[in-house]
Amino acid sequence: MLTIQELNEIKKKKEKLVAVRHHRNDNTPNESGYKYQVLVCGGTGCTSSGCKGVVAALRSEIAKHHLENDVRIVTTGCFGLCALGPIMIVYPEGCFYSAVKAETIPEIVEEHLIKGNPVKHLLYQQTVCDDGSIKSLDETDFYKKQLRVALRNCGVIDPEDIEEYIATGGYQALAKVLTEMTPDDVVQTLLDSGLRGRGGGGFPTGRKWAFAKASVSDQKYVCCNADEGDPGAFMDRSILEGDPHSVLEAMAIAGYTIGANQGYIYVRAEYPVAVQRLMIAIDQAEKLGVLGDNIFGTDFSFRIELRLGAGAFVCGEETALMTSIEGHRGEPRPRPPFPAVKGLFGQPTILNNVETYANIPQIITRGADWFASMGTETSKGTKVFALGGKITNVGLVEIPMGTTLREIVEEIGGGVPNGKKFKAAQTGGPSGGCIPAEHIDVPIDYENLIALGSMMGSGGLIVMDEDNCMVDIAKFFLEFTVDESCGKCTPCRIGTKRLYELIDKITSGKGEMEDIDKIKELCAYMKSTSLCALGQTASNPVVSTMRYFMDEYIAHVQDKTCPAGVCKELTSFEIIPEKCKGCTLCARNCPVNAISGKVKEPHVIDKEKCIKCGMCMNNCKFGAIVKK
Amino acid sequence: MYKEPAIPFRGTKEQEQELTAFIAAHKDEEGVLLPSLQKAQEIYGYLPIEVQTMIAKGLDKPLSEVYGVATFYSQFSLNPKGEHRISVCLGTACYVKGADKIMEGLEARLGIKCGECTPDGKFSLDSARCIGACGLAPVMLVDDDVYGRLTVDELDGILAKYRG
Repeated sequence: MLTIQELNEIKKKKEKLVAVRHHRNDNTPNESGYKYQVLVCGGTGCTSSGCKGVVAALRSEIAKHHLENDVRIVTTGCFGLCALGPIMIVYPEGCFYSAVKAETIPEIVEEHLIKGNPVKHLLYQQTVCDDGSIKSLDETDFYKKQLRVALRNCGVIDPEDIEEYIATGGYQALAKVLTEMTPDDVVQTLLDSGLRGRGGGGFPTGRKWAFAKASVSDQKYVCCNADEGDPGAFMDRSILEGDPHSVLEAMAIAGYTIGANQGYIYVRAEYPVAVQRLMIAIDQAEKLGVLGDNIFGTDFSFRIELRLGAGAFVCGEETALMTSIEGHRGEPRPRPPFPAVKGLFGQPTILNNVETYANIPQIITRGADWFASMGTETSKGTKVFALGGKITNVGLVEIPMGTTLREIVEEIGGGVPNGKKFKAAQTGGPSGGCIPAEHIDVPIDYENLIALGSMMGSGGLIVMDEDNCMVDIAKFFLEFTVDESCGKCTPCRIGTKRLYELIDKITSGKGEMEDIDKIKELCAYMKSTSLCALGQTASNPVVSTMRYFMDEYIAHVQDKTCPAGVCKELTSFEIIPEKCKGCTLCARNCPVNAISGKVKEPHVIDKEKCIKCGMCMNNCKFGAIVKK
Repeated sequence: MYKEPAIPFRGTKEQEQELTAFIAAHKDEEGVLLPSLQKAQEIYGYLPIEVQTMIAKGLDKPLSEVYGVATFYSQFSLNPKGEHRISVCLGTACYVKGADKIMEGLEARLGIKCGECTPDGKFSLDSARCIGACGLAPVMLVDDDVYGRLTVDELDGILAKYRG
């Protein structure tokens, strides 16, 4: 058993080691015991771009120069700037190396770690000033407007070392709750903080806990929803990979508050790194005694088990998730009874999402007022977004509620690449909607997004430019929901399919104006009659694109054209004879031999044969082929 | 609907023992069916009807229930996978960057549709729902190797590496 005093001793022992990683080119003394600490991002994004090779190269160079006692290598969770991976930061200076290659490691070790001169040409260029000085990462466009609360330890600590978590104040909140607070105090603190569910719905977390606390039962459960199924979203994964203990700690706090001794984390099997780090974290927490029996010498005991999701989007819905943990097809159940009354295995249960949990330890230690001081009137704190699509800085960002979409896209995200024009951003994934350019200055919070016909969702934010067809995007999301509808209720099972067929008819150029009315009617029925949120919100991408981009729908139906040139049936390729040099490259690349013409004479595309693959246009060196 | 697989079941005694041992150890835990199917797929690589029958018998559940759960979740496959498993991410970030073109390109080159396996058993092709490497979109996985910022032109070269 671990006492609070022992917890504080671990904190004291490791504090200085971790403190240096908050240095940003200032003159705070480095008391970490190492001359340098090299932090390499080990998140999924950087792993995909080759960070393991970088770490291996670092280890071998450091061994070669006998620097083991001077340099500490730490594999961390996500830094956020996935587009520039693999990412590496060297402390105490805080030098940010981006797109690191194993081949350049000898140079970095030799110049920076041995001679003390940062290798400027390999640094993230935004951190190198015109006069050659190096500026802090916090001053770059990507990080300047961010505020890291849920992600505070991601990219700072080694997620596989519980002592590093403790060094940053980890498990202090649990200690405080168990020894100084009653369950009612915890609920009140959460209510005062204004924290709302980060998984999409935005239900006040304190109220949810109060309901489960009020239910009378010998057995209650605490569940964590880590079944992040929204395609294009990776917030929860990054938290689990970068700071798994924050979730475990919050779940234990939840257990104490509602009177549960058992927790379950339902995590996607598709997230092997997150699963691995969670297993390590649970194991370390049990060994140390911050999970298990009689935590900190109190009579509170709490254990956590992992359950692996098997790939079903509907399992993100709370009742479906519980049905799945029980070992069945993950089909939702009607509510009421709500999980707080009758949830997992028929017992009172609370279910929160990963990001919600990650906020809670800090709300306890820093206070409800601190949390409530961030954000807007109705939405407090911060929100993590996974920025993707047509944006320069693809990655993970955390911003205070109330930040505008323009700040996210243009400043943090670095704008739309290739000089293209911003068209819309999709939030809330297949359950959400799009925010068009005309509303780019609206502050982001729960209410504003709903008023715009979208929703906060779990945090996927996909940027689309002028080359994306909004009807096609609506079709893409519907195809997803058709596939993921569990089939239990008719409005969703059949509704999504019929809706998909209607949209498909329009993108194939066979749409009629009355189809648009049919679509609107069907969307309304699905919304009002589906059993769970999946069916109720499945029509949102259609309703929202119709609201802002009806002209595109009408162009598809009446003019039989796709303004963005995406829908194949409605586009055609043509060669401009004046520009064609007759080089024959297009004809040679055409997979169906649809292009004919003599050498040095303008070529012609046979539209009957053309399959509109675009190979000709991609290969033409003279810009002589256009898509209409 | 159940379709007889083209490739016959070739399970070994050792595999069966491993599965039976797992079931015996966890039989009485609540919600054990899903972990059992996950274990079985880990052992056999897929869940043919023979394996589902073993699980149904071991857990004393109707085969229909086992089949119902096995077909509900996309992680489970009733068909064997190729020697090299290709999955193309069709998550939103990859889709807006043209992942559909990559999928079409692979289907054309391999002569199979998404979800199928080449007749020689060399490649199977699937779609993935977002592997979280959105920064590298569009992305595909061949076994555990990630190929990011893909163009259709690169596909022949990548496939050649695995044809060996």
